[in-house]
Amino acid sequence: MVDLGVKIGNLDLKNPVMTASGTFGYGLEFEDFFDLNRLGGFVVKGTTLHARQGNPYPRSAETPSGMLNAVGLQNRGVKYFAENIYPRLEKFQTNVLVNVSGSTVEEYVECAEVINELEHIPGIELNISCPNVKEGGMTFGTSCPSAEAVVRAVRKVYDKHLMVKLSPNVTSIEEIARAVENVGADSVSLINTLLAMAIDAESRKPLLSTITGGLSGPAVKPVALRMVWQVAQAVKIPIVGMGGIMNAADAVEFMLAGASAIQVGTAGFVDPLAPVKIVEGIEDYLKRHKIESVTDLVGSLQL
Amino acid sequence: MMNKTVQNLRVLSNIQLNRDHHLLELQAPVKLEQIAPGQFVNVRVEKSQSTFLRRPFSIYGVDYEKNTISLFIKDVGPGSHVLTSTPEGEEVDVVFPLGNGFSYPEENERILLVGGGFGIAPLLFFARELKKRNLDVHIHALVGARTSDDLMELNSFAQCGEVYSTTEDGSHGVKGRVTDHPALKDRLQKFDRVYSCGPEPMMEAVAAKAAAVDVFCEVSLENTMACGFGVCLCCVTDTTSGHQCVCTDGPVFNIKDLKW
Repeated sequence: MVDLGVKIGNLDLKNPVMTASGTFGYGLEFEDFFDLNRLGGFVVKGTTLHARQGNPYPRSAETPSGMLNAVGLQNRGVKYFAENIYPRLEKFQTNVLVNVSGSTVEEYVECAEVINELEHIPGIELNISCPNVKEGGMTFGTSCPSAEAVVRAVRKVYDKHLMVKLSPNVTSIEEIARAVENVGADSVSLINTLLAMAIDAESRKPLLSTITGGLSGPAVKPVALRMVWQVAQAVKIPIVGMGGIMNAADAVEFMLAGASAIQVGTAGFVDPLAPVKIVEGIEDYLKRHKIESVTDLVGSLQL
Repeated sequence: MMNKTVQNLRVLSNIQLNRDHHLLELQAPVKLEQIAPGQFVNVRVEKSQSTFLRRPFSIYGVDYEKNTISLFIKDVGPGSHVLTSTPEGEEVDVVFPLGNGFSYPEENERILLVGGGFGIAPLLFFARELKKRNLDVHIHALVGARTSDDLMELNSFAQCGEVYSTTEDGSHGVKGRVTDHPALKDRLQKFDRVYSCGPEPMMEAVAAKAAAVDVFCEVSLENTMACGFGVCLCCVTDTTSGHQCVCTDGPVFNIKDLKW
């Protein structure tokens, strides 16, 4: 028997596999495919204080070994979430986190306050890294003072687990990670998408309505791994790693680099069963390597 | 209705219909439950370096006895090319059934199906289902194409009702586009419902005609998709209630809900 359980601060996960915000809807959309209780947790889509229409179409483009998206935080607002979606999520015996975003510090705070009241939501993932909105989002996550300001403000009103999702579109991700750790983040998740672009040579036009968007998929994995490794050297709080994880080997690599848990995102578009296949694959890996607990993998890269 | 599932389907047959259209019949390893005309599948494209995401295709037909799903695929790019090149006996990874189908007409109603290109696939599935269910519905189908070589499945539609055609070069049926055909141009108010699937400019033109005479009209939209089941929010279209996903709120939309 191998032990797949991990702890991320005060969160107990039955296994290290979560699914990433923006790729998993409210979770309910995946219920036909597999039992969501098999996951260590899932993060529901980016939620803001007020409803948002998101960006115009086209919002996605296929690229070599990945894709671009420019959804722009389309959601129906936190009030709608609390009243209409949350009651359907209470039944799950797994960690359901809400990804929270905003245009101003006040919006983040008000949104977090609403979610703080929801008993079965043990944590939020603070999104200071969305590359697809004009105001807020990534602008908070690309400088230490603004990242500190939003995390500090939310920390004051939010009692439960505060995970902060970091942007890779920075000069030093370790500095941002340290900054949010210092003002009370319980964990960091990384990476959000890489700011990128695709052009159609024939029409001479960009493929996205917003010209630039966020790159995800296997194309970003080496960058994500490097950043998880760097952040693991810089902070003491747990790291949730993500970026192009398609299978269990990818997940193990992130844990070796220092992630305590991982999130599966874009892989779920290509194979909706990818998250559960990764849970099974990690278990097989541990058995094959005669490792009793998955926590033994964390940061155990052989140098 | 059948729940969404991911399955490996075996290619039972792969028939080339003309220079770029193939008909693939895929055998499911699970018992197929009711699938609605207008629903679609999302197919994983392996063996291609340049594709990453699945490719959506409307369902052309379901045989519940043989447990097969048929797809009508036009070879337009690297994704569809891999699929049209898949030999019999090989398996393809398919997520299905996705989206919503066309609404059924009432008894005794006269319906007009307007199709172009591979857009005829869900319309023929619909016509055959209506026929199979012995519903007392008068089916008329109008198929448009560039030339007579591009016109397909006229005989299959004929087995379900009246068939009309247009070709841009006049080599078959009425010369011009579907909107030049009397069925759409002059007689549209004689129909209770119009259903259309094909190139978007064609559907917009059909929708404008239907709106002008206030006839019920549904269209099946196509869009670039990533997931196909409503989690990525990439395939949105503008509707009277804001951005909606073509994959889960459609692909079939009533034109009253679209901002055309």
